[in-house]
Amino acid sequence: MTTIKVKGRVWKLGDNIDTDVITPGKYLSLPMDQLKQHVLEPINPDFAKQVQPGDVIVGGRNFGCGSSREQAPRALKEVGVAAVIAESFARIFFRNAISIGLPVLICEGVSSAFDEGDVLEADLSTGEIKNLTKGTTLKAKPLPPMMLEILSAGGALELLKKKFAQ
Amino acid sequence: MPMTLAEKILARASGNKEVAAGDYVTAKIDVAMAHEGAAWVIDELMKAGIDRVWDPERIVIMFDHWAPAPTELTATMHKKVREFVKKHGIKHFYDVKAGICHQIMHELGHVRPGELIVGTDSHTTTYGALGAGGTGIGTTDMAVVWVTGELWFRVPETVKFYIKGSLPKYVMSKDVILYIAGKYGTEVAQYKSVEFDGPTVKEMSVASRMTMCNMAIEIGGKFGLVAPDEKAVEYVKARTNKPFTPLYPDPDAVYEKVYEVDVSELEPQVAFPHSVGNVKPISQAEGIKINQAFLGSCTNGRLEDLAAAAEILRGRKVHPDVRMIVIPASRQVYMEALKAGILEVFLEAGAVICNPTCGPCMGTHLGLLAEGERCISSSNRNFKGRMGSPKAEIYLASPYTVAASAVTGEITDPRKLMGGKK
Ligand code: SF4
Repeated sequence: MTTIKVKGRVWKLGDNIDTDVITPGKYLSLPMDQLKQHVLEPINPDFAKQVQPGDVIVGGRNFGCGSSREQAPRALKEVGVAAVIAESFARIFFRNAISIGLPVLICEGVSSAFDEGDVLEADLSTGEIKNLTKGTTLKAKPLPPMMLEILSAGGALELLKKKFAQ
Repeated sequence: MPMTLAEKILARASGNKEVAAGDYVTAKIDVAMAHEGAAWVIDELMKAGIDRVWDPERIVIMFDHWAPAPTELTATMHKKVREFVKKHGIKHFYDVKAGICHQIMHELGHVRPGELIVGTDSHTTTYGALGAGGTGIGTTDMAVVWVTGELWFRVPETVKFYIKGSLPKYVMSKDVILYIAGKYGTEVAQYKSVEFDGPTVKEMSVASRMTMCNMAIEIGGKFGLVAPDEKAVEYVKARTNKPFTPLYPDPDAVYEKVYEVDVSELEPQVAFPHSVGNVKPISQAEGIKINQAFLGSCTNGRLEDLAAAAEILRGRKVHPDVRMIVIPASRQVYMEALKAGILEVFLEAGAVICNPTCGPCMGTHLGLLAEGERCISSSNRNFKGRMGSPKAEIYLASPYTVAASAVTGEITDPRKLMGGKK
């Protein structure tokens, strides 16, 4: 079975973090290396500067609601976010995240289990989420094998390329 | 086993006799729609070293979000897509003159009942107004579709909104969907299919249904469906010769939940910043000063919307402190509004009319907001920063309410302005 693990410092975001907040429409036509500088700008103008590779976002309900822009999960991935774990996700964001290779997990109770800066460790194939700072453990629904396959290939197109090559 | 409309559509597209909510299926795509997002799909394909498409007949591409190109960057995106279209012989391509993607998909016969349609746009749910399973996907998924013609889907559960009662004067389908978002929340249909049903929906025009299905995504919906009745089938037949087989939900289909909504006493509704679910009846919104009124978008930029606004603006003037921006949803709507004398009403009233495009709806051009400004808009999203400054405020409402507010300079109940009830 594919195992994907992430471990990193937590950024806490609230409910209904929409795709215009993640990647504002006015910057959308910029190339990714510029667009990513504005990721989450409406709620934290310094996020792109402060985030460290490997950090994990812990979100509330309806994370990623709004448009189908794939730049939203991609910009998060590009600035180094290793995974997004939220109480619930908007469908298109969730699907896009998997397709571009950004691990996501749905976990009820995750936002109250973590404070900003806590260290989180998650295993996507089992759904086990640990708060290493507080010494607590939560259980999310693991991702189905098909999604794990896409994630471990690095994204849907990478998987397609692999299949073509065979 | 009885099936919902979503289950029927995904069963047909995946070649299964039956599917049930929770199943994962691989489905064949009937039509793949891409607006400027096509440029990013092309980038993905180039990165992956893939240079072919599965079926140039089934891919529809148009420019609407940045049309005509407001910047050099967007002009370059357009150029890249035009070259790709030529090279791969994409049959249905609409350049900057045509209008907003979802409107022209309907008008030009690319939406047919029973089909599975994906688009690089979240409001692809609009196609449910004709009984098609339309849903938004990202550009990587679209790249997979362009190459293989297939995509995986999780068969969604379905929630039904059974809507009854006749809509009061100056209350529109926009008010109904805003009311639903306010009362049941923006997650009531998260990852689920929505079916709109009931006598009120049957009474509605195809255009009014489109408004509700368009905003099904704002309550989380994967699809927003209306079972195709005669009205829908006639609409499609007038626009395409291609055969199609309408699908209907079984009478004993299993719904996760059925919500009954009686609209006979419904007031006009307003979504306050910065969430589509932050809805209040107009009586609690009156008097809020506005700087801009926007009439347009794939939600409410059709002829019936422009006609509704014109009914209010005829013989009146837009308030001197307000800029009113009118954007017909398509070239066809523009032409019809022109012939019906509706555009003249807007010009006389002092509104600005722009070419068919998304315009300020997602903050790219033609009427952005500065810090501290307020806009009342007939579009579908009022997220922070969506129309420019994150310190601006967007209020969503119906075309009637947008027009009435443009006249007085503050959020206004159209029924009051027109001397009706209240
Ligand atoms: S009008 Fe607005 S919501 Fe509709 S497709 Fe254009 S940007 Fe999206």
